[in-house]
Amino acid sequence: MELLRFTTAGSVDDGKSTLIGRLLYDSKSIFEDQMAAVKQSSERKGLQHIDLSLLTDGLRSEREQGITIDVAYRYFATPKRKFIIADTPGHIQYTRNMVTGASTANLALVLIDARKGVVEQTCRHSFIASLLKIPHIIVCINKMDLVDYSEDAFNKVVEQYEDFAAKIDVTDIRYVPISALEGDNVVNDSVNMPWYKGESLLHTLETIHIGSDENHSDARFPVQTVIRPHAAEYHDYRGYAGRIAGGIFKPGDKITVLPSGLTSSIRSIDTYSGPVEEAFAPMSVSITLEDDIDISRGDMIVKDDSEPEVSQDLEVMLCWMGTKGPRPGAKYHLKTTTREVMAIIKEVSYKLDINTMEKLENAGDIKMNEMARVRLRTTQPVVFDEYRKNRITGSLILVDEATNETVAAGTILV
Amino acid sequence: MHKYYLTHLQELESEAIYVIREVVAQFDRPAILFSGGKDSIVVTHLARKAFWPAKIPMPLIHIDTGHNFPETMAFRDNLVADLGVQLIVGSVQESIDKGRAVEESGINASRNELQIVSLLDTIESHKIDAAIGGARRDEEKARSKERFFSHRDEFGQWDPKNQRPELWNIFNGRKRMGEHFRVFPISNWTEMDIWNYILQENIAIPSLYFAHNREAVYRDGTWLPASEFLVLRDGEKVENKLMRFRTLGDITITGGIESDADTLEKIVAEVSATRSTERGNRSDDKRSDTSMEDRKKQGYF
Repeated sequence: MELLRFTTAGSVDDGKSTLIGRLLYDSKSIFEDQMAAVKQSSERKGLQHIDLSLLTDGLRSEREQGITIDVAYRYFATPKRKFIIADTPGHIQYTRNMVTGASTANLALVLIDARKGVVEQTCRHSFIASLLKIPHIIVCINKMDLVDYSEDAFNKVVEQYEDFAAKIDVTDIRYVPISALEGDNVVNDSVNMPWYKGESLLHTLETIHIGSDENHSDARFPVQTVIRPHAAEYHDYRGYAGRIAGGIFKPGDKITVLPSGLTSSIRSIDTYSGPVEEAFAPMSVSITLEDDIDISRGDMIVKDDSEPEVSQDLEVMLCWMGTKGPRPGAKYHLKTTTREVMAIIKEVSYKLDINTMEKLENAGDIKMNEMARVRLRTTQPVVFDEYRKNRITGSLILVDEATNETVAAGTILV
Repeated sequence: MHKYYLTHLQELESEAIYVIREVVAQFDRPAILFSGGKDSIVVTHLARKAFWPAKIPMPLIHIDTGHNFPETMAFRDNLVADLGVQLIVGSVQESIDKGRAVEESGINASRNELQIVSLLDTIESHKIDAAIGGARRDEEKARSKERFFSHRDEFGQWDPKNQRPELWNIFNGRKRMGEHFRVFPISNWTEMDIWNYILQENIAIPSLYFAHNREAVYRDGTWLPASEFLVLRDGEKVENKLMRFRTLGDITITGGIESDADTLEKIVAEVSATRSTERGNRSDDKRSDTSMEDRKKQGYF
């Protein structure tokens, strides 16, 4: 059974919580006592229907205001796959939450109200999916019950979205007409839309091919820590512990350690269950080498056939997450894979309008929830790939030196 | 390319090992919070895998309420001996004796909330800067927004509205003196995943999880085990039941279910067919709609 992580974004009106509730409910992932609690809460509030959004809006302030303000993670499984939903709010003031939810997702669900068609929020969610390099988008055209399950209405929205999609960098886009409220095409095929020949949403989620989402060509192994047992039996054992971020490693492979440039070859790839003949992303293993060379946390072991970039100058698309914008000349801890260096923002090239993807030159200071292309300069070399090639070795965060808060997330452009 | 994929359990395991290794790499004095329940047993198993062939490079912390199942204590001591790690015990009785905590009274009295004081005292006195726990996001709605690396202020408190964003697999463990982190490596696991993993890895768990005969009292939809701490209400009577526990906590608040599942295979089958959540048998969660959130803010697990 495979794991699929997907993200949704939306607000109360577009039926996102109802859709998630429907997926959980129809796939039998909601337990009787959870359902009873939601039913009770709905009745207490004087609602006529069972409010499935109460299942997903967990924190007290959210329950009071009836909104989702953070990323909530939801889980369900079918016999075919396990799913992790990163459920995020959809308004522009929660861009940072949407970016957070999108960072680990293989797939984005974009919800469109069939009556309204493509609106600003649709574009924003799709741009974020594209910037964060989510490989698959499923466009759910919702509330089909309110447009008489009309094929024309569906086709009109599909056409609209296809026009827009020329601007984004996602190749796998699918469309499903649904009614989250009534359940059409969510888990079960709809009897109201015989003209739709495609699969239901859940069936699509269960079968979409995600096996090639990982980068299996460029071998990358960021070292987390060094394992030295200090026991007689393993006296000289030195294992480099980490999680493979790309490519395939095998015993005997020639490797280079970056940024030092030292070389060796792999003696063994160890796990608790025994040595393995090959290891690939996202496996956690320990690697031992033929030579005793200086390696520590923050170094990256790579194979000689494809080396990443090593530089102190980075072009980055930042999403600013701190409540206060960057201070002039401020230094930040830059964290990427297991490496940590200090960095300053040398230059802001432009800000990006997240609703239109327009570049805004001379647009003033960067504020929370804004995107900006910047040039960073670091104190020590950073080992990285372009984000579009590898989402692990191409991503970074900035941590404020004074408050220790995570203030920005970045995708590396070159 | 087809063969290069992991099953969901392999991927969850790899993620958890990555998180545990990050803790040891980023903190000076980490520890594992060990309750004797299946989740903390799985976390301990993952930590063993993460550092093999070395020993787990941090101690286990157990908060002893004094209201334990004897089976849990024996299991704990065996496991610690087998792993060769240090065990730190924080005692709720000691907190009460010192006047740091006040015993609840009444028919539903429990020491569950008092654990918060002992836990925070233990973290402070041992200067623990990262405490690894076995909480999962699927357990309860307040936990669904918990981070892997969860920051606690100098009072040990959680601020759910002001959490650090957590992106990709980059974890920010920076903090000021006196602050600490709670870390949850199995955040993304569900109860089903835990059981399937215990079965797959053949991990030893306390006998309480398997069906056995026990004296118990039916209260609020669950079978509470008879013990010296249980005060009977009018009309209640102790019965002998074939039962087992889905979660383990304090003996005073952990209810069991009627079950004949006496093997791991039968437990997995039972859990996958069951229609109520495992915490449904925990009376501590039923106090109010947001009782978990309130306890977590104060520093609960």
